Amino acid sequence: MTLLAAEKLRGGYGGADILNGTTLRVGASEIVVIVGPNGAGKSTALKALVGLVSLREGRIIFGDEEVTGLRADQLAARKLCYVPQEKNVFASLTVQENLEMGAFLRRDDFSARMEQIFDLFPVLKERRRQAAGTMSGGQRQMVAIGRALMLEPRLLLLDEPTAGLSPKFTEMIFTKIVEINTMGVAVLMVEQNARDALAIAHRGYVLVMGQNRFEDTGPALAANPEVAHMFLGG
Amino acid sequence: MLTDILQLLIYGILLGSVIALSAVGVSLIFGILRFAHFAHGDLMTAGAYFALFFMTATGASIWLAFPFAVLAAILVALAFDRVVYRRLRRTRPVILLIASIGVAFILRNAVLVIWGPDITVYESGIKPPMRFLGLRIKEDQLIIIIGTVLLVILLSLFLQRTRMGKAMRAMADDPDLARITGIDTDRVILWTWVIGAGLAAAGGVFLALDTRLQPTLGWDILLAIFAATILGGIGKPYGAIAGAMVVGISAELGAGLPGVFGADWSLTSYKPAITFLLMVAMLLWRPQGLVGGRA
Amino acid sequence: MMEHVGASLIYLLDPFVLAFAGIYAVMALGLNVQWGYTGQFNIGVAGFFAAGAYTSAILTTAPTDNHLGGFALPIVIGLAGAVVVSGLLALLIGLITIRLREDYLAIATIGLAEIIRLTLKNEDWLSNGTRGVFAIPHPFQGMPADERNLAYFVLVAVVVVGLYLLLERARRAPWGRALRALRERESAALAAGKNVDRFRLEAFVLGSAVMGLGGGLYAHFAGFISPEVFEPMFGTFIIWVMLIVGGAGNGKGAILGAFVIWWLYTFTTGLISLAPVKYATQLGALRVMLVGAVLIAILLWRPDGLLPESRDVGGKRK
Repeated sequence: MTLLAAEKLRGGYGGADILNGTTLRVGASEIVVIVGPNGAGKSTALKALVGLVSLREGRIIFGDEEVTGLRADQLAARKLCYVPQEKNVFASLTVQENLEMGAFLRRDDFSARMEQIFDLFPVLKERRRQAAGTMSGGQRQMVAIGRALMLEPRLLLLDEPTAGLSPKFTEMIFTKIVEINTMGVAVLMVEQNARDALAIAHRGYVLVMGQNRFEDTGPALAANPEVAHMFLGG
Repeated sequence: MLTDILQLLIYGILLGSVIALSAVGVSLIFGILRFAHFAHGDLMTAGAYFALFFMTATGASIWLAFPFAVLAAILVALAFDRVVYRRLRRTRPVILLIASIGVAFILRNAVLVIWGPDITVYESGIKPPMRFLGLRIKEDQLIIIIGTVLLVILLSLFLQRTRMGKAMRAMADDPDLARITGIDTDRVILWTWVIGAGLAAAGGVFLALDTRLQPTLGWDILLAIFAATILGGIGKPYGAIAGAMVVGISAELGAGLPGVFGADWSLTSYKPAITFLLMVAMLLWRPQGLVGGRA
Repeated sequence: MMEHVGASLIYLLDPFVLAFAGIYAVMALGLNVQWGYTGQFNIGVAGFFAAGAYTSAILTTAPTDNHLGGFALPIVIGLAGAVVVSGLLALLIGLITIRLREDYLAIATIGLAEIIRLTLKNEDWLSNGTRGVFAIPHPFQGMPADERNLAYFVLVAVVVVGLYLLLERARRAPWGRALRALRERESAALAAGKNVDRFRLEAFVLGSAVMGLGGGLYAHFAGFISPEVFEPMFGTFIIWVMLIVGGAGNGKGAILGAFVIWWLYTFTTGLISLAPVKYATQLGALRVMLVGAVLIAILLWRPDGLLPESRDVGGKRK
């Protein structure tokens, strides 16, 4: 079942178009990865999905509703949550307060959900009273993902969740993404660590110049010699 | 001589208290709405005069007038937000800054139109200061310091314990992320004006109580408020309070110390200059504030 | 009532009013170099205004015990001194603050203007304190008042037109284009690094020097200056309103704005003379509120001003 369908997106930041007809689909329980060279419009595509880029053309369907042009907070209320690449935690708030802010839209009791997230990322429980800004990059990424999970999203958008992380943390974030997926959350992410990301992905897209270039299952893309030659370093 | 220095410290804490109450608001507004609110000093002035208005109209004491002044200043701030700032929120922050200068002039001159240019006081008559180990402090001054402490505790409870308070800190940290997260930013902005204007009015009443009421009451202290905000780091209410104490104490010490050490000159007329140099040094050296924060 | 309105309107064309409007146009042209060309947020205009006015006054008044000098030099030398001193002051301040973000620059410049005013107020040896500097020579001293004002207006008009042509040329030159690129943050279009700071510093100094010239012109026309003249309202704020109302970025806008706002302000003076004297201060305050309201109305409904910047040379402006 298709959860998200974004058709022929065109648009950018006011200047020249960065997206030139990008199309993306995510199934209800899939992990989908977008890879591609720098400047291909990968992050822009994610931002376009949550209304942070002005679209000239194209439409976005989430569930059974058209959501083209809705703002990020309106999408969050519809259980489509976005985690930006940088500046993705409230630095002066504690870990727990960050999670509480993630639940701002909820008026019900979310303590059980918070416990679930602490089970997923035990280090966050240990450091629940620490200011998020004082944590390491990997831990901050966990805070950011945890905050987005507070709304019990159906689809999680992650923009380069492993950027700048050590191999150890990179591996651990990918493991957690698989775990989140088994909790019933679909994931769409942009990744530079293409090989590792494709390894855990059900499907992948290769974007070039804001257009779909390849689309296949994760392992098949990783095995595709042309893709490998282009971005996977041989 | 030690007594003299301690006396200067008391004056510094007193000045710092008044600055702190306003700097908290400026810091939150700067963090959340992303502009330096140049009308904040004049909001203090308006608050101080609202208290005077209530006292003359009802014959009540300053302490009964206090909540009225706070409420009235909040309404004024919300009105300006509705009519001016909200409509400019989509433009660049610097346009909001320019608009706030316009608002500052409108407010100050409205005070002039309504209450006239004359300097006045809440209650006439001179009360002798209390003496304590050779230090002098007036009853009003003691009340100002205690009142500030109480308000800061209340503010802290709000910011640390309530959902809206936490959302306010979150938005001061990063407005874009707050929006993406689903925080109701319009309500946060509304509460920012409530807190900012309320504390500004309190600061204005305290300042007028310690000195005198005049239409430039708040404007004259605006630079010190900005200095405290920058020292504390934009968007950091606790930093602003600490910054205010640094500014208040260094202004009083800077102005008074030469006299304590027997100099026949004084820097009293240059207090704003002392504050200012502190601020410029800070801007150049650590624009993110003493304890970190957004640059 | 109607006759008063009529009289007020005719008064707007009095050379006395026009000369002041022209002097403000000089200041607005200076500010336009900083804000309009470069996007520098200087709200310490009053500081450079005062530096120019006091420099020219001190250089040209007869020797006195009241303040430094006077040096009894010709007015041309005084005006040149005004340009140099305010330019140097800007250089000094600019070297420290040029890299600050626009809102921080705003706070820094207003602080400096206030310090300059405090200094002029407190240092009697330099500036005669709050009593101010008087008997500042007028270039057309011997003439009857009307002719003297008219002659001065012509002088100011020549300066305004000359400055306009000069600054407009600079704006169209590579120098001006580079500044505009900076303003629009097209940093990629520029060789990065030192050049950027240098361009910004040049614009800051040039703009401030023009303000200093405006200050000098003010001093010789008014004949008397005191620190009160350079309070934020008339030293800085009204000039900002003029530039924004007229339209930042182009000299025509700055000049138009100066005249429109000064006329508006003067026109309301005429009307106020109808009211009882005891309300004079309040009515004055009402006029300042009006200026504030005009500023906000323009920001809300016509953010590019009455004469928006022409786009022929500028590329598009967001």
